[in-house]
Amino acid sequence: MTTATPAKPRGLFPKTPRPYVHPYFGGMVLGIVLFLALLLTGNGLGSSGATSRIDAAIVDAISPSHVDNNPYLLKMAGGDKNPLDDWIVPVFFGALLGGFTSGLFNGRLKFETTKGPNISVRTRWLMAFLGGVIFLYGARMARGCTSGQALTGGTTLAAGSWLIMFSIFGSAYALAYFVRKLWN
Amino acid sequence: MQFPLQSFIAVSAANPWTYVLFGVVGFAFGFTLEMSGFGNSAKLAAQFYFKELTVLKVMFTAIVTAMVLLFGAVGLGILDFSQVWVNTTYIASGVLGGLIMGVGFIVGGFCPTTSLASASTGKIDGMMFMLGGFVGAFLFGETEQYFTQWYNNAGYLGRLTLDQVFHLPVGVVVLLIVLMALFMFWGSEQLERIIGKKDMSHEPKLRLVGAGALVAVALAVVFIGQPSLDSRYVKLTFTRTVNGEQVAYTADQMLEKRLVFISPAEAFKAQYNQSMNPIYLDVRSEADYNLYHIQDAVNVPLDRLTEVIPTLLSEPPANSVFIVMSNDETAAVKAWKTLSASSVPNVYILEGGVNNWIAFFGKDDPQFQPNLNAGDDQLKYTFTAALGAGYKSCSPSPIEYEKLTFAQKIVLQLKRDKSGGGCG
Repeated sequence: MTTATPAKPRGLFPKTPRPYVHPYFGGMVLGIVLFLALLLTGNGLGSSGATSRIDAAIVDAISPSHVDNNPYLLKMAGGDKNPLDDWIVPVFFGALLGGFTSGLFNGRLKFETTKGPNISVRTRWLMAFLGGVIFLYGARMARGCTSGQALTGGTTLAAGSWLIMFSIFGSAYALAYFVRKLWN
Repeated sequence: MQFPLQSFIAVSAANPWTYVLFGVVGFAFGFTLEMSGFGNSAKLAAQFYFKELTVLKVMFTAIVTAMVLLFGAVGLGILDFSQVWVNTTYIASGVLGGLIMGVGFIVGGFCPTTSLASASTGKIDGMMFMLGGFVGAFLFGETEQYFTQWYNNAGYLGRLTLDQVFHLPVGVVVLLIVLMALFMFWGSEQLERIIGKKDMSHEPKLRLVGAGALVAVALAVVFIGQPSLDSRYVKLTFTRTVNGEQVAYTADQMLEKRLVFISPAEAFKAQYNQSMNPIYLDVRSEADYNLYHIQDAVNVPLDRLTEVIPTLLSEPPANSVFIVMSNDETAAVKAWKTLSASSVPNVYILEGGVNNWIAFFGKDDPQFQPNLNAGDDQLKYTFTAALGAGYKSCSPSPIEYEKLTFAQKIVLQLKRDKSGGGCG
C-alpha cells in the first residue's frame, strides 16, 4: 500500500529536509545562547567584525605597508597585532560550523540557490553578491550588523543599537516595494 | 562568583581554550539560526512583504528572552553590568549605516550571520552574499579615511542605555519592551493570517504560556530592581602592579592604602599630560566654590552628584580622569565611593583637598589668611573677596611649576577596546 504523502524525514542524516523549528522556540533558544554568551564573557554575538578582520589579515599578508597607511586597518592589524586575535573570529567560524551541523542533522545540506520565482539564478547570485557588498559596508559603518547591534545591543538596551535596528528595518521595508520582482 | 568571568572576557593566545569557548558560542549561534530557517533567503525576504514574519518573531523572542535573563541576573547581583559590553552610541554613523544595511538586506536577502548559516548548508546565494560581504567590508576599510572625523565623532554619546534616555528604572524599560514584543507578535500573526493566508489554528497553545512566563519574569525584574550602590561598592575590585605582579584591591583597601589620593602636583600636571584628559569635580557647596576654586573645576555639590553620573559615564572614558575634591577629604571620599560604585572609570581624590592645594600653590598669597577655627572639611582660609578661580594659585603657572616631583598614583584604566566588545 502506498500513500500520497512523502515519507517523513528519518534518521540522523535524513535525505529530505526536516521542517524548521517554530520561530518562538528558535528565538527562545537563540535568546538563551545570547544570554549565556553575555553572562560568561561579557560579549554578545556578532559576525560582521570578523569579516573585516579576515579582510585585514589578507591585506596584511599581501601588503603590510598598505596597512600602515590606512588608519582603519592599522587599528586591527598594525605592527605586531594579529587581526584574527579577537573573540569575534572564533564566533564567525563557529557559526559556519554550527550552521553546517544543523543542516546535516536536518537534511538541508544541498547545493542550491534560493530565489524568487521571477528571476534567473544568475540574477539572484549577482543580487546576493551586491547585497553582501552593501550590507557589510553599512555594517562596518554602524559598527555592527543585525547580530552585533540589533540583537546584542537590543538586549543590553544600548540606545544606539535600537536606532540602528529601526534604521535597518525601516529602509528594508521602504525599499521592499521597489524590488518586489526579486522576491515575488 | 561574579559574572562575567574575567578569564573569559577576551580571547588570548595565553589561554588557547578561550578560542574554543567563543567557537562554541558561535556554533550554538549558527546552529540556532539555521534550525530557525535563517539560512533560507526567501524566508528572510518574505518578512518584508508581510507574508511570513519569522525574522521578527525569532529576533524579538531572542531579544526579550535574553533581556529578562540578563537584567534578572544583574538585579540579583550575579552579573556585573558594567563589565558587559554595551554598544557605544554613534547616532550619525549608526543611522546611516543602518539605512545602508536595510538596502543590502532587501537586495541580498541576508544579513551577515544568516549568510553564514546559508553558505554552510550549500546555498550558493548565501556564498555569494558572504563573498560580497568581504568586498563590502574591504571597501569600508579603504574609504573610512575620507570621513573618519564624522565616523568617530558625529552624534557620539558613549555608553548610553534606554533607561538613561527615558529616565526610567531598568526593570520598567524591560517590561515595556516585553509588552511591545508581545504586541508585535500578535500583530504579525494577524498579518500572516490576512496577507500570508496562513492557517493559524494549528499554532501551539504553548506560545501563550510562554508569553505569560515572559511577562512574569519581566515583572520580577521590575520587582527585584537593580543592585544598590552599596552592594556594587563592596564588589568593586581594582588591580595595581606591585613589584611586577598584579594585585587586586577592594575599594576600601584603595582608600586605606591611599592609592586613589593624588597630590596637588599630580592633579596639576595631569593637565599637561597628553595621555589623559583630567576633569576636576568640585563637590563642595556653591558658596565655597565661589570663594575659591581651581581653574576649570566643575562645581557639583555632593548631594547632586548622582544627577551628573550619566553624563560622566558618557565622557569618552579612554583617557578621562575624574579628580574629585572637597575642602579636606571627607566629602570627596564619599563622592569617590558613589562614582566608583556607579562604574565611572578613573576616579581619583585630590589629596588634602582644596586646603592642601592652597597650601601647596598659594602659600605666599597675601590675599588669604588662615582660618584657625575651621573644622573638618571646611576651608582653612579666609578670603577678602569671592574671586572664584581669579586667584593666582587657581591656575598655577606651568612655567613656574615646570618641575614638580610626585609619586604617580594615576593608573589609566583603559576602556575595553571597541574591538574587545561588540563587533566594531
